[in-house]
Amino acid sequence: MTNLVFDIAHLLAGGLVLMSLVMLYQVRLYALLKVFTLQALVLALSVAWQAFAQDAPHLYVTAAVALVFKAIVIPMALHRIIQRLGIHREIETVVGFGPTMLAGIGLVALSLVVMLRVTAGADPMAREDLAFALSVVLLGLLMMVTRRNAVSQVVGFMSLENGLVLAATGAKGMPLVVEFSVAFSILIAFIVIGIFLFRIRERFDTVDMRALDRFRGEQR
Amino acid sequence: MTIDLLIQGGQMAVVLLLAPLLTGFVRKIKARLLRRRGPSVIQPYRDLLRLLRKEAVLADNASWLFRAAPYLIFATTWVAAALVPTFATGLLFSWTADLIAIIALLGSARFFLALAGMDVGTSFGGIGASRETMIASLAEPAMIMIVFTLALVAGSTQLSTVSAHMTLPAVGLRVSLGLAAIALVMVAIAENARIPVDNPATHLELTMVHEAMVLEYSGRHLAMIEIAASLKLLLYVALIAAVFVPWGLAGPGEGLDRHALGLAAFVAKLAVGGVLLALFETAIAKMRVFRVPEFMGAALMLGLLGTLLLFVSRSL
Amino acid sequence: MTVIVALWCVAVLLGTAILATAVARRPYGRTFVYGVSLIASAAALIAAVTHLLTGGTLAPSVTLPVGLPWLGSHFRVDALTAFFQAVVNLGGGAASFYGLGYGRHEAAPQRVLPFFPAFLAGMNLVLLADDAFTFLLSWEFMSLASWALVMAHHGERDNARAGYVYLVMASFGTLVLVLAFGLMAGPDGGYGFGSIRAAAHAPGVAALVLVLMLGGAGSKAGLVPLHVWLPLAHPAAPSHVSALMSGVMTKVAIYGFVRVVFDLMGPSDWWWGVPVMAAGTVTAVLGILSATMERDIKRLLAFSTIENVGIIFVGLGLALAFQGNAMNLAAALALTAALLHVLNHTLFKSLLFFGAGAVQTATGERDLECLGGLIHRMPQTSFAFLVGCVAIAALPPLNGFVSEWLIFQAILQSPQFPQWGLKIMAPAVGALLAMSAALAAACFVRLFGIAFLGRPRSAAAAAAQEVDLPSRSIMIALAGLCLLAGVLPGLAIDSLAGVTQSMVGAKLSEQATIAWLSVVPIGESRSTYNGLLVFLFIAASTAVSALVIYRLGPRTIRRAPAWDCGFPDPSPATQYTAGSFAQPLRRVFGGLAFGASERVDMPAPGDTRAARLTVTMHDRFWEWLYTPLTQVVSLVSGTLNHLQFLTIRRYLTLVFIALVALLLVLALWP
Repeated sequence: MTNLVFDIAHLLAGGLVLMSLVMLYQVRLYALLKVFTLQALVLALSVAWQAFAQDAPHLYVTAAVALVFKAIVIPMALHRIIQRLGIHREIETVVGFGPTMLAGIGLVALSLVVMLRVTAGADPMAREDLAFALSVVLLGLLMMVTRRNAVSQVVGFMSLENGLVLAATGAKGMPLVVEFSVAFSILIAFIVIGIFLFRIRERFDTVDMRALDRFRGEQR
Repeated sequence: MTIDLLIQGGQMAVVLLLAPLLTGFVRKIKARLLRRRGPSVIQPYRDLLRLLRKEAVLADNASWLFRAAPYLIFATTWVAAALVPTFATGLLFSWTADLIAIIALLGSARFFLALAGMDVGTSFGGIGASRETMIASLAEPAMIMIVFTLALVAGSTQLSTVSAHMTLPAVGLRVSLGLAAIALVMVAIAENARIPVDNPATHLELTMVHEAMVLEYSGRHLAMIEIAASLKLLLYVALIAAVFVPWGLAGPGEGLDRHALGLAAFVAKLAVGGVLLALFETAIAKMRVFRVPEFMGAALMLGLLGTLLLFVSRSL
Repeated sequence: MTVIVALWCVAVLLGTAILATAVARRPYGRTFVYGVSLIASAAALIAAVTHLLTGGTLAPSVTLPVGLPWLGSHFRVDALTAFFQAVVNLGGGAASFYGLGYGRHEAAPQRVLPFFPAFLAGMNLVLLADDAFTFLLSWEFMSLASWALVMAHHGERDNARAGYVYLVMASFGTLVLVLAFGLMAGPDGGYGFGSIRAAAHAPGVAALVLVLMLGGAGSKAGLVPLHVWLPLAHPAAPSHVSALMSGVMTKVAIYGFVRVVFDLMGPSDWWWGVPVMAAGTVTAVLGILSATMERDIKRLLAFSTIENVGIIFVGLGLALAFQGNAMNLAAALALTAALLHVLNHTLFKSLLFFGAGAVQTATGERDLECLGGLIHRMPQTSFAFLVGCVAIAALPPLNGFVSEWLIFQAILQSPQFPQWGLKIMAPAVGALLAMSAALAAACFVRLFGIAFLGRPRSAAAAAAQEVDLPSRSIMIALAGLCLLAGVLPGLAIDSLAGVTQSMVGAKLSEQATIAWLSVVPIGESRSTYNGLLVFLFIAASTAVSALVIYRLGPRTIRRAPAWDCGFPDPSPATQYTAGSFAQPLRRVFGGLAFGASERVDMPAPGDTRAARLTVTMHDRFWEWLYTPLTQVVSLVSGTLNHLQFLTIRRYLTLVFIALVALLLVLALWP
C-alpha cells in the first residue's frame, strides 16, 4: 500500500516536471495556456493526494484553491488578455529550441543531484517532492529568461509558483494561513502584472520585452 | 526442441503474414474516419502479388547495390521482427539479439535503403536519404534512452525478460515508464514515416522522406521494400505491446493453447494499435521537415527525463 | 621469448630504413622495403598473437646497453603490450602489403621508403619500452618518422602547414609526457616502469599525471580540443601512411594512456573517469559532426578517426570510474569494449583509407563533389569500401557494432555507481554516443553514396579504372576480417582476458565455451548478442527471399531512363551533392557545433544576377584556443627578440644573474 501511495505521488510530481518541460516546447500562446492549465490540474491532484497520504485535511483546501485559481481563473483571464491585446500568437524565444530543452534537462538533473544530496535521511516522499519542486521552480525561471513575450513570462512565473506550492505541501506541518497568503499574494501579483501588461501595450503597442529594453536605452 | 523450432518458425511466418494486414487495416480505418469507403483490408496483399508478377524496371545506371538492397532491407527487417516477442516470450532464438541489437538491425536496413536512394543519382533519392539520416540521428539516441529506462526497470535488455518483468506487480506505477512509452510512440511514428513526420500516402516531393528514397523502385524490388515497411510498422507495434501491455504472451514451454491465446491477444493488440495510429494520423497535420528535429528532440528529452526520474524513485 | 622476436623485428625494420636510403630510387626498392616490412610485421604479429593466446610467461624485462649509460634500455612484453603489438603489426602489415601496389604511383619514393619502416619500428618500440626514457625516446622517434612521411609531398598546397602544425602539437605532446613521467618518477628518479609501479603516488600527483596524460596521449590520439592537427596531417601523407597514422598511431597513443593511467598509476579514484568520459563524448560527437560536413575523403576519414578515439576514451573513462568504485567486473567490461574497439577501428579505418587511396589513384581526386558512380568502374574496391562503411557505422552483423554494443552494456551498469554525478552523467553519455553512432551512419551513407553511387560528377571519375591486385586483395582481406570480428567477437574478447585481469583485476567470463558462440558480457538474463546467428539469419533470409522470388516471379529486368518523378535530367550536376546531403544535419547541429549560418542572396525579379547561397562555418577551437595562443606566443617572442641584439657585457650579465639565481634556488631548497 505505501508503495502505491509513493508511486502515485511520484507520478503526479513527475507529471508536474514534465508539464514544465512541455511548456518550454510550446510555440503558440494558446497551447502554452492549455499546458499551464494542465499543470495546475496536476498540481491540484498532487496536493490532494498529499492531503490523503499525510492525512492532512487542510491540504484539500490548498488543492481546491489551486484548482479554482490556477486551473480556471488565471488561464481564463490570460486567455482574455491575449484576445484583448490581439497579440502575436507565436512565442518568440531568445535562444533556440534545442539549447532551451537541453538546459531544461540539465536543470532537472542539477536539482535532483542537489536536493537528493542535501536532504539525505529525510522522508523519501518529501525528498522527492522537494527535488521535483526545485526543478519546476528552475524551469519556470528558465522560461521567464528565454521568452520575449510578456504573457509567456507571466506563465513562467505562475508555473514557478506551482513548484513552490509543491514544495510547501511536501514539507509537512505547513500552516494553512501561510498557504492562503501565498495563494493570495500570487493572485495580487497576477492582477498587478495584468494591469502592467495593458499599460505596456498602451505605451509601446507591443508586449515584446525588447521594446522595454529599447525604451531604457539598453542594447540587447 | 522441434516444438521450439516450430514456434520460432511460426513467429517468423506470423509477422510476415500479418504485416500487410496491419497496413491495410490502418489505411481502412483512416479512410473510414474520413468518411471514405477505402480499399479492402487485404488490398496490400493484392498490391504485393501484383508487384511480384510485374517485370522490374531498372534505371540505366542502377548498380548491383540497387538490386541487392531490397532483399537486404527485407531480410534485416524480418530478422529484427522475428526477435520481438509477439505472441510468446523466450523463443528458441530470442537470445540472439537484445533490444539494442534489434534497433541496430533496423539501422542496417535504413543504411541500405538510404544508399539505394542515392544509387541512381537523382535529386529525389538524395533528398530522401539525407532527411532520413537526419531524422535517424535524433531518433536513435531517443531510442537508446528508452532502452535505458526499460533496462533500469527490468534489469535486462533482453526483450523476453523485459516483458516477463513488466507483468510483475513490483513494477508499479512509474512516471518514467509513461515517459518512455510516449517517447517510444514518437520514435515509432518517425521511424515508420507516419504523419506528422512523413506521409506514407504521398508522392508530393517536398514533404516526402521514405517515398523519395524508393521512387526508382518497381516490380519485385518495390514489393520487397513495401513489405519491409509493413514489417517495420508491425515490429514497432509489437515492441510497444510487448513492453507496455505484455499480458497474454505465452511463456517458454507452455502449451499450445496458451500460444493460441497469445496469438489472439497479439491480433487484438495490433487492432488496437492500428486504430490508435489511424486516429492519431487523422487528427494531426504533417509538420515541416525542420520541425521534425524538434519533435525528435522532444522524444530524446522525454527519454532522458524518464531515466532521470527513474534514478530518483529507485534510490529512495 | 616474444620480446626477443619483437626486438629482432624492430632491428630488421630499422636496418631496412637505413638500406632504403640507398635503394629507394632503384626499381626493386619499393618491393624490397614493403616486402621486408610485411615479413617483419607478420613475424611480430604472430609472436604477439601467440603470446596473447597462450597467456604468455611474464618474463623480466630485457636490458639493452643503449640509451642513458646508468639506465640502459628496458623492453618487456606483457598482455597489454602483446595486444597492442598485434593491433599495430596487423595494421602495419596491411599497409605494407597495400604499399606493394600503391607505392608504384609514388612520385618521390626516396621521401617515403626510408621513413615507412622507421615509423613501424618506432611504434613497436613505444609498445615494448619498459622504462620512461626509452618510452619517450621511441615516442619522439615515432613522431618524427611520421612527420617526415607527412612532409613527403611537401610541394602540395597546405601540406607544409600541416607538417608545421603537426610538429608543434607533437612537441607539445612530448613535453607534457616528459612532465608526466617526471612527476611519476619523483625526486629519486626511478625511471623504470617497475619502480614507478611500485612507488606510492600522492593523490595530487596522480591527478596531475592524469591531466597531463590526457594532454600528452590525447594530443597524439586526437582528443578535442587537441585534435586540430589530425585532419591536416593524416590526409597529407600517402594513403597507406594515412592508414597507419589514423588506424595505428592513434592506438599507440591510447596504449600510452592505458599503460600510465591503468597500469603505472595503480587503482584510480572514481572521479578520474569523469574528465576522461567527458572528453571522449565531446570528441566523439564533434569529430563525427565535422566528418559529416567535410568534402575531402581523407579529411573526412581523419575526422571519423577522432570520433572513434572519442568512443574508445568513453570506454576507458567508464573503466576508470568503475575501477574507482571497486566494481571490477564492470570495469573489465568497459575496458574490454574500449580495447575491442581499438582492434575494430584499426581494421575498418585501414580498409577505408586504402579505399580512399584507391579512389585517389583511379581518379586523382579526393574531393567528394568531383566523384560519383565509381561502383560501376571499381566494383571490387566499392564492395570492400561498402563493408568498411557498414562496419564503421556500427551496424550489425559487422564488428563496429560489437564494440559499441559492449560499451552500451557497460553504460547500463552505471546505476550501480554510488555517486550521483556519475549516475546522471552515464545515461547522457550513452545518448550522445548513440547520436554519434547514428551520425556515423549518416556520414558514411553520404561518403559512399556520393563517391561510389550516382553518376560521375567529373571526367576523371567517369574514366576511373580498378586499382592493382595487391591493393584490391588487401582491402577484400580486411573486409573479411571485419566480418569475422563481427560474427566471432568471442575470440577477440577472450584474448583480452589477460589484459583486463592485469589492468583492473577482473575478466569477463570465457566466451568461446558459450553455446552458439554468443557474447554474454555479464549474465545470460541481462543481455546477449550473437553475431554469428544474426549474420546467418540475414544471409539465409536474403537468400530464401531472393530464391523464392526468382523461382516464382518473372525474372525479366528492363533498363530504362531514371524515373525521377517524371523529370529526369541528364546533367550529373542535378544530383544531390555532398554539401546538399549535409544540409539538414548542418541546420540541426551546425549552429551549436560550428556557429554555422546560411545567407541567401536572392536577386530581385528582373535582375539577371545569379542567386547565391553562402554558408559560413567556424572552427571554434582555432578561433578561441589556438589563435589567441599564437598571438600570445608571437607577442612573447617579439618581446624576447630584443635579447638577440645585446652587447657582450649585457649577455654576460644575463648569464651571471641566471647562475646566481640557480645557486640561490639550490641554497634555499629545503
